[in-house]
Amino acid sequence: MAITDDVLVVGGGLAACTAALSAAETGARVRLLAHKKSTLRQASGLVDVLGYAGGDGPFAEPYDGLDALSDDHPYHVVGEDGIRDGLRLFDEAVGDAYQGGHTDANALVMTHGGTMKPTARYPESVAPGLASSSGDMLLVGFESLTDFDAPVAADHLAAANVPFSVRGVTVEFPKSFRSDAKVTRFAKALDRDESVSGGTVRSDLADAIAAELDGETRVGFPAMLGDDHDDEVRDELADRLGVPVFEVPTGPPSLLGLKLEDMLFDALDEAGVRISTGNPAVDFETEDGRIETVIVDQKHRMTPYEADQIVLATGGLVGKGLDSDREHITEPVFGCHVPHPEDRYDWSEPEAFGDHAFARFGVVPDDELRPTDEDGAVQFENLRAAGGVVGGADVAREKSASGVSLATGAVAGRLAGEEATQ
Amino acid sequence: MSDAESPTNPNLSPGAQTDDFEAVEVFSESTDMDLRPGADNCYKCTACDVSCPVAEVDDEFPGPKFQGPEQWRLKRKDDAAVDDSIMSCSNCMRCDDACPSGVPLSQMHNTARGEYVEEEMDKLSREYIRNRILANYGTLAQLGSMFPRLTNAIMGNSVVQQINEKVLGITAEREFPDFATQTFREWWNERGGPKVRSEEKRVAYFHGCYSNYNTPEVGKAMVRVFESFGYEVVVPKQRCSGTPMFANGMLEDAKRAAGINVENFSGLLNEGYDIIASCTSCSMSLRQEYPELFDIDGIKDVSKHTYEALEYLRIHEDLESEVRTSSVEDQAFAYHAPCHARNQGLDRQAVELFRELDGVEIEDVGDSCSGISGTYGWKEEKYDKSMQIGADMFDHMDHAQGDVGMTECPTCSMQMEHGTGYDIKHPLQLLEEAVV
Repeated sequence: MAITDDVLVVGGGLAACTAALSAAETGARVRLLAHKKSTLRQASGLVDVLGYAGGDGPFAEPYDGLDALSDDHPYHVVGEDGIRDGLRLFDEAVGDAYQGGHTDANALVMTHGGTMKPTARYPESVAPGLASSSGDMLLVGFESLTDFDAPVAADHLAAANVPFSVRGVTVEFPKSFRSDAKVTRFAKALDRDESVSGGTVRSDLADAIAAELDGETRVGFPAMLGDDHDDEVRDELADRLGVPVFEVPTGPPSLLGLKLEDMLFDALDEAGVRISTGNPAVDFETEDGRIETVIVDQKHRMTPYEADQIVLATGGLVGKGLDSDREHITEPVFGCHVPHPEDRYDWSEPEAFGDHAFARFGVVPDDELRPTDEDGAVQFENLRAAGGVVGGADVAREKSASGVSLATGAVAGRLAGEEATQ
Repeated sequence: MSDAESPTNPNLSPGAQTDDFEAVEVFSESTDMDLRPGADNCYKCTACDVSCPVAEVDDEFPGPKFQGPEQWRLKRKDDAAVDDSIMSCSNCMRCDDACPSGVPLSQMHNTARGEYVEEEMDKLSREYIRNRILANYGTLAQLGSMFPRLTNAIMGNSVVQQINEKVLGITAEREFPDFATQTFREWWNERGGPKVRSEEKRVAYFHGCYSNYNTPEVGKAMVRVFESFGYEVVVPKQRCSGTPMFANGMLEDAKRAAGINVENFSGLLNEGYDIIASCTSCSMSLRQEYPELFDIDGIKDVSKHTYEALEYLRIHEDLESEVRTSSVEDQAFAYHAPCHARNQGLDRQAVELFRELDGVEIEDVGDSCSGISGTYGWKEEKYDKSMQIGADMFDHMDHAQGDVGMTECPTCSMQMEHGTGYDIKHPLQLLEEAVV
């Protein structure tokens, strides 16, 4: 015996969650099998689809750039319908917490480095900071939160010729914590409106910023404005300052990423998806070209999981869905074929932000997202791939990481679910 | 331009480089545990700190990133002692699961704590004596359960509780758990051992201290459930799994107990037995901490063959069908997943399974730590923090439909009962009701 389901999704990030939600829609019994805490925690919480391709961009709409992508790009496997289906699943999962679904257009969202990122969906707390919104901007950073240097970010934005004035100031947070305090500690202090000498965290913070305000009509903070009571925190600050406040997405562990993780896992629960986390899939057993069993290393002891259909959504090189040594790139769970130049000096370019070959490494999908071998033949009848493990996209340069995950997740999950419930 | 920036240098073609490459041993071949690769994997993302329940309520606690990789680097220098904040780590092991980079955080914490206790802590101090007593709960319980009624009366006496707090630093806020009038092992011997014999289906039960001395009904449920599925159950002699010893840095005590446990269980593996635990901290210890911390003959085999009870049946039997076709009297549970169950990937199995059981409403009360973490919440100076950590869970339990709690961990169950007044059941007890 083994723990048995119709569809087993291996992975815990955006692609895996989307694949599981999509498969569950077909009526299949689905299990998500994730190793560590979701990589969504490390992510900005922004959902990009396509900003740049073939030397062009930023595109007004992600769909404008599809033709400029190379033929082996995953978007050409799933098509515009696949992308739209991925976004639909996302919108349904997160509800009002995200904006951007009202239009096909990209929004320009500010990053913590002060660049503008073309983005299809963004948390509502980010919305007042869009480049397309008018109004001069004050960015606020804190000595003790080194992730976000407000004056530097403001200078970057100004240098990009944004159509408003922007200024950055560094203030002291009303309450002092240990020097390496985490972003969640700041959020908690605002959530609870902890008292400090002379008032509370929220009121003192508002006072400190009011003293800096010089005609700006919106104020941006690193994403730390409350966790459980974030609406309340933003409302109170906006109220006290008399202008809207917004959050700038930050690096890991990112509060917006943590919140997105919670929302997606809640959506999985809602959809009846079963979840097993904490241990890696390490091996598998096959019969007649099909994967029968996935073996999970459950703290040194092996546990078999069985399913009719499998979706591989373990991520790319960064997410450890792909492994590398000095000579080879491998997909460690099922040993799927990952083409790469023999000479590893051809894997990358001399420039740090160059057109690196490694960025597009990944499994080569057939038109049903099944990984193929060197000869282009389907490797396993019942295995599909989604997200960063799929090759052909340079998601960092294209600003397409979330979109590729959503679209391939939606399609791989649906096909797996349909196959399993036939 | 450095060589690294000029990879096209023909003298450095990759072939030539790898052919001539010879690994050099940079570090001495010491037999001490070398955790350097783990420390080097840390890129300071602080994902572990964000997941740490102690750091969440204790602004002074530097968090797992410091306790693990940072402290490890610091103490490589001869003059740096282990920081005393290591004693505030509750060993919930949540950081292991949070790290995206495979840093063996809990292993680092356990070794650092062991070193601190061995080298820094005054062996005559109240803290050391108190911790030693708490860590050796099994020994204490063995004495207490010789005269269970008398011990219960004494330990429940508020004067004794005050003395415990004043003299030993064991909080007077908690009710000491009652000892059963008949231990699990006494029951087992009285019934004459196994009722089912099988060559094919055999399990060796690691009951641990708590279900032996305090909640034998959990052990009895385990035996009856497994026998109903046709398993031969044996109950080898055993010591504490070591969990409270790790958490108090008593690694020598833990190693001694581990040696006895490994010896008594590993021999059974060849005869086709698998090891079953009903406490998720016991199974965690046998599976992860034993092979990580000790080098004992057979310890890896023990690790590879240890299961939590429900998990074993999910893998080896069609437990789901069995449960789906059963029914029990109407009852509703507020289920809490212990941190150690979480790390073994078992945090959702009870809810997943019992949702299918006719008559049962079961609800997960959220992913917060219960706060007691074994002996942590028994310490006078940690009690308030322990209750602060548990506040979320108490709140969710209050809001849950069920007014009976459920969990696999004995100390989580103490905390659940202490914070809400609910009765607490072990999943095996409900399973017994359903299938036996």
